[in-house]
Amino acid sequence: MDHPVQTDFLRWIVLFPLLGAAVNGLLGARIQERAGKRMVAFIACAPVTLSFLFSLWAYSRLLGLPAKERFLIDRFYTWIPMGSFSVDVAFWVDPLSAIMILVVSGIGGLIHFYSIGYMHDDRSMWRYFAYLNLFTFSMLLLVTGDNLLVMFVGWEGVGLCSWALIGFWYTDHTNTRAGNKAFIVNRIGDFGFVLGIFLLYWTLSGQGQGTLAFREIAEHVGLLADLELWGVGVATLVTILLFIGATGKSAQIPLYVWLPDAMQGPTPVSALIHAATMVTAGVYMIARLNGLFSAAPATLQIIAVVGAATAFFAATVAITQTDIKRVLAYSTISQLGYMFLAMGVTAYSAGVFHLLTHAFFKACLFLGSGSIIHAMQGEQDMRQMGGLRKVMPATFRTFAIAVLAIAGTPFLAGFFSKDAILWQAWATHNQLLWGVAVFVAGLTAFYMFRQFFMVFFGQCRADHHVQEHLHESPKIMTYPLWILAAGSVVVGYLGLPAFLGGSMLDHWLDPVIHVPHGEHHAVMEEVGVMSVSIVAAAAGVVLAWFLYYVRTPSRDESPEARGFAYRVLFNKYYVDEVYQFVFVGGTLLLARVGAAFDRYIIDTIVDGTAKVTTILAWFNGLFDKYVIDMLVNAVANVTFAVGNNFRRVQTGNINSYLYVVVGAVVVALIVKLRYWS
Amino acid sequence: MAAYVAMLTKVGLEHYLVVGGILFALGIYIVLTRRNAISILLGVELILNSAGLNYVAFSHFSTGNVDGQIYTVFIIMLAASEAAIGLAIVLAIYQLFATIDVEATETLKD
Amino acid sequence: MEISIDVLIFYLVSLVVVGSACIVAFSRNIVHSAFSLLGTFGGVAGLYVFLGADFVAAVQVLIYVGGILVLILFAVMLTHRISDIDITNRTVGRIPGLVAVAVFLGILVYAIGETDWVKVKEVAYAPTTATIGNLFLGDYLLPFQIAAVVLLVALIGAITLSRKEIKE
Repeated sequence: MDHPVQTDFLRWIVLFPLLGAAVNGLLGARIQERAGKRMVAFIACAPVTLSFLFSLWAYSRLLGLPAKERFLIDRFYTWIPMGSFSVDVAFWVDPLSAIMILVVSGIGGLIHFYSIGYMHDDRSMWRYFAYLNLFTFSMLLLVTGDNLLVMFVGWEGVGLCSWALIGFWYTDHTNTRAGNKAFIVNRIGDFGFVLGIFLLYWTLSGQGQGTLAFREIAEHVGLLADLELWGVGVATLVTILLFIGATGKSAQIPLYVWLPDAMQGPTPVSALIHAATMVTAGVYMIARLNGLFSAAPATLQIIAVVGAATAFFAATVAITQTDIKRVLAYSTISQLGYMFLAMGVTAYSAGVFHLLTHAFFKACLFLGSGSIIHAMQGEQDMRQMGGLRKVMPATFRTFAIAVLAIAGTPFLAGFFSKDAILWQAWATHNQLLWGVAVFVAGLTAFYMFRQFFMVFFGQCRADHHVQEHLHESPKIMTYPLWILAAGSVVVGYLGLPAFLGGSMLDHWLDPVIHVPHGEHHAVMEEVGVMSVSIVAAAAGVVLAWFLYYVRTPSRDESPEARGFAYRVLFNKYYVDEVYQFVFVGGTLLLARVGAAFDRYIIDTIVDGTAKVTTILAWFNGLFDKYVIDMLVNAVANVTFAVGNNFRRVQTGNINSYLYVVVGAVVVALIVKLRYWS
Repeated sequence: MAAYVAMLTKVGLEHYLVVGGILFALGIYIVLTRRNAISILLGVELILNSAGLNYVAFSHFSTGNVDGQIYTVFIIMLAASEAAIGLAIVLAIYQLFATIDVEATETLKD
Repeated sequence: MEISIDVLIFYLVSLVVVGSACIVAFSRNIVHSAFSLLGTFGGVAGLYVFLGADFVAAVQVLIYVGGILVLILFAVMLTHRISDIDITNRTVGRIPGLVAVAVFLGILVYAIGETDWVKVKEVAYAPTTATIGNLFLGDYLLPFQIAAVVLLVALIGAITLSRKEIKE
């Protein structure tokens, strides 16, 4: 553990996509004009593929090492050498980041290929691919950076790319607004994140161990143990600040509002950035700093509660949404809530496991929905769909597998990972959170099958014109779907529960998880807990089958016809409206108060002063007129003459003032030299 | 006489101060006599330069550390912001009065 | 009495500084004034080098010559038709100005000569950039940050001042 293996190929994993982004970003327009879109697509896909191959290489190198020594590091160069403060741009791969680079470059690569089909009608394909490559670069930087600062650079980079891609079709005002919303909301979280980094470094350097490198932070966590700041443990404060950053990037309460709007971007982008990779950055960050977070039990409790609340909240909203991508967006928020719940109950490897499986099935669902939207000519309203099963067999089959996986069907990926989290919540005696999570599992099954039935079964409710053009997507789009669907089945077997042979993933992550695993538990108890969640999921499926398959949904289903609860859910608990009122309105209110203060208080004071002066002047005038004039008229005349002459001094001209200044300085110098030297 | 020759052949602190003083005086002269707002800004730049020169000269001959140089960097920074703001004001005045003669813009006097 | 080469160069550079400053002050043409400012700024940078202030010299060249001078030239061109430059660079009250400044300068030089300045014996020439950098992030951190804020405010102020009013 003390001597990580030095390598010099890790940098290429990160740098290849940057290269692609640079070529496409700087020369893309010309390349697309001269050599066509194929060339642009090749320039974008090749670096990501290479990154994936290099990631596999890194992975195989890790496999070749003994379990406790699985660390590869590549010191690129020293970024900030400043006395005791030194930051390297160094990339490192350990079991945790190995999983992440494989997910990012692997699923990212698939989505690049898919995008060739999805975006081939778009005029500025080069711009799209440049952003996508830049995103891949930033995300890889985020997960391989060996210290918090490099991670933060990636963290900001993915935020920037997310903004650029949400607003990709910038001619539509709603898209750019959604992009700005995402960026600004993220900024609030990033503020907390950067404060957390400052506080952590400041405290550690106060203890003589100033560092931002993850490995060293993990070693020195003990130094924070008894320190307090304003009566709160420093570890708690740091982790809460970092968690605020995570709520922004990973769309948790209260900063989740940007993610549903982020669906304005192209669908592959939603799949890659807003489902599979970027939004999991917060989860990754917590897993990466698990030693630090474990030292702050209060924060963990907050994380668990926020995670469970978010999971519940988003799942309830998802059951009423009619936009195919919004359902998936809320589902993503809900699943991220699961991951944070896992982090909160110190089940770090279970959380990472769910991150992994979720990346597969959610990317598959998003790409499937993209394929549907493609076929529906841009229509995203599920009430207009239906019966697509026959027209789009490949999409239907892959979508079905992914739906089954996310709903928690036994022996598919989602089942194992969700069960791991539920079991850990139960085993750490968080029965209330467990109950919420099980209920959410039922809701998940319900809203996913609701979507599934509305889209693929029954009669097609689309316009005649759209119906005629329905078609299956090209192979470049369906092959990635198949690969992801296969992943949604297979990946689950990496993390089998203890009574089915134990989790390979737990062993793999063991060197980087710095907390002991939960105590060994009774098999019967685990099976019992598992069966409860199966029942909940089954109930959800049956309800969805009854409501949306037996009773076919109507084309003009509108929220007004439903009850109060339905309307509240359909309008997402009116959170956007509340935020608009409280924060945007609050800022405007503050500005108005300021303006009113200026107008009424300040102006009154100024006017009052003027009035007092006028009155004084009036008295002065009286005095002048009746006392001075009457007493010595001649003196008044002299005064007038002198005043008239001195009036010229007040020229309003800088030059003449400066004469006075120069004169004064000269006099002062003379006085100084003559009398004080 | 020999003392004056010695003074001329060995460059010391005083020489730099004199150069700074001349710059300062010329800057003052510009501000005193020019009527063009941009010219006056040029004069102010000269004055700021002379101050910076003095700081560096003192830092070199009198203190032997770099504190004076740091003040000079701050002066340069101030000069940059002053130039930006000053020229922006000049442009705004030009748009309003169609001239930048400082005597033509004395409307505040009345 | 021989004069060593570095002293000669000092006088040469000083001559450039003072000479071009004189052009700035006395030229009738504002474009000439603005351009000869280049000589002054460059010369002062040279003097900084003599004084062992390599970093400040570089900053002087970058900011003054590269930034402020270009800004001034832009302003000159934006506010004048080149043809009536002679008319607009009006000078008023030359004689009293000259007299005042001459008196001032005389007193100043006299004061410089009379004062007994504190001097250190050995003057070291060493690269200063690292030291200055450390001081900026150490002892002078607060002024440094304030300077950053001042620059930002100046930037915003300049933009708001010079853009045309947008009517609602």
